[in-house]
Amino acid sequence: MTEENFSEENFKKTVRRKTIRSILWFILFIGALVFGWKWLNRQPMDAGALKPLRTVLSANEKLFSAFYSDSRLEPEYPISSAVRYPKVNGNYGMKSALDTATWKLLVVRNADVPATADTLVVSMDEIRSLPRTEVIFNFKCIEGWSQITRWAGVKFSDFAEHYRLGTKSGNAPDKNKKDDLFKYAGLRTPDGLYYVGVDLASIMHPQTILCYEMNGKPLPMNQGAPLRLIIPVKYGVKHLKRIGTLFFSDAQPPDFWYERGYDYYAGL
Amino acid sequence: MKRIEKKHPLAIRWFHWVNFPVLSIMIYSGILIYWAHDIYTIQIGQKVFFQFFPDGFYKALTIPFRLAQGMALHFFFMWIFFLNGLIYVIFTIVSGEWRHLLPNRHSFKEAWQVLLHDLYLSKKKLPEKKFNGAQQIAYTGIILMGVGSLLTGLVIYKPTQFGWLTKLLGGYEWARAQHFILTIGYVLFFCVHIMQVVRAGWNNFRAIVTGWEVVDEKEKEESILVDGVREIIKKDKDND
Repeated sequence: MTEENFSEENFKKTVRRKTIRSILWFILFIGALVFGWKWLNRQPMDAGALKPLRTVLSANEKLFSAFYSDSRLEPEYPISSAVRYPKVNGNYGMKSALDTATWKLLVVRNADVPATADTLVVSMDEIRSLPRTEVIFNFKCIEGWSQITRWAGVKFSDFAEHYRLGTKSGNAPDKNKKDDLFKYAGLRTPDGLYYVGVDLASIMHPQTILCYEMNGKPLPMNQGAPLRLIIPVKYGVKHLKRIGTLFFSDAQPPDFWYERGYDYYAGL
Repeated sequence: MKRIEKKHPLAIRWFHWVNFPVLSIMIYSGILIYWAHDIYTIQIGQKVFFQFFPDGFYKALTIPFRLAQGMALHFFFMWIFFLNGLIYVIFTIVSGEWRHLLPNRHSFKEAWQVLLHDLYLSKKKLPEKKFNGAQQIAYTGIILMGVGSLLTGLVIYKPTQFGWLTKLLGGYEWARAQHFILTIGYVLFFCVHIMQVVRAGWNNFRAIVTGWEVVDEKEKEESILVDGVREIIKKDKDND
């Protein structure tokens, strides 16, 4: 009887000792998690995002831009599916008055050597004279909503082909001559207050257009008349309205929402 | 005679306790993202019973206008969520733990008994084993839900590059709804899980921290005996 009590007592002690030891480890683990979370939130900001998060966003971009292929198209829809009044979401860079009659697109062939800035000025008539392409697709906003919308304009790749843009040599762009292609295209509104950067592969996607028509009619002012970008492989933030300047560069062009903590790539 | 018996391997305890905070951060950052387009409701016809989420909820958690932060967190911690889950599944396969975890042909019947027992509708003692049928279904189901979250998440993240999957899941918007429903599923799972842990008691909870539990041989033998007697009585009845 006494012996059993003794061993029972011993067993209890062992259980207690082992439990306390494990729980101390567990508390240490929770402490490490809390410390890790606090450490993360104390890190400096990089373009509006905590540095470690920004590092991973950039790594994600690398991974998914390597996986990207311009043979993958956004599904297209019949005209009847398109909404009559596409949502107007934001007017950054469009608050000043604009005379669409005198508007011209400024193209900088190579923004990396400003001294020899080789520029080109294109009028709306010249843009309209290029082949017209229509795209009806599910426009996706980074906020989470999407709408089937109908746009028309000149395919960006046709435009680049015609004016021999996006290459260092000044030849028409050739997908197979990677070294000759700039890494990025940048776009700005005429007042310079809204600006985006897009990797060249995405802007050369067959569904990307310089758009001047919506629902078969001239682009309305609040949708970026006279010319906007429609780039179905990107979130809406990259579909810059009222293009003033288009330029090509190997350096990552400034990007409005990137500076405010969003991922640069914003690719779909 | 009481003794200490091993229950959960160290690896599984790690996966469990890493997943808990990571999934919490995924849900939290998910709400930061969802706020920017918060369209889901529970409704029948025009009658709205609940809106995800009421303004008070957002305010209490300081959710509004943090979309960029939400996305940055989500696309950081998604990797930990994915890797932790992947290694867990590989571990259960390699170690043989899957035998305890995967439902078998008895699990569904057993899960029904567990349900009746837990709702106090049946007094029959539950089988003494690592995971009962209800647990097997729940713990395998939650892994499938995790796979679902990864796939629907991938479709929301890169709908064009994974166009075939977008199509398979019923389109971009429907994938977003599925992603949301699965998240509600985790919250419900969590509630039931906590209730069950509280009911099962300290010895059971301690096992997911320490890895072992105290087993009372006498109690175990008695319960086997009681079950045995029940079985005999039942057989007698059947024979009558």
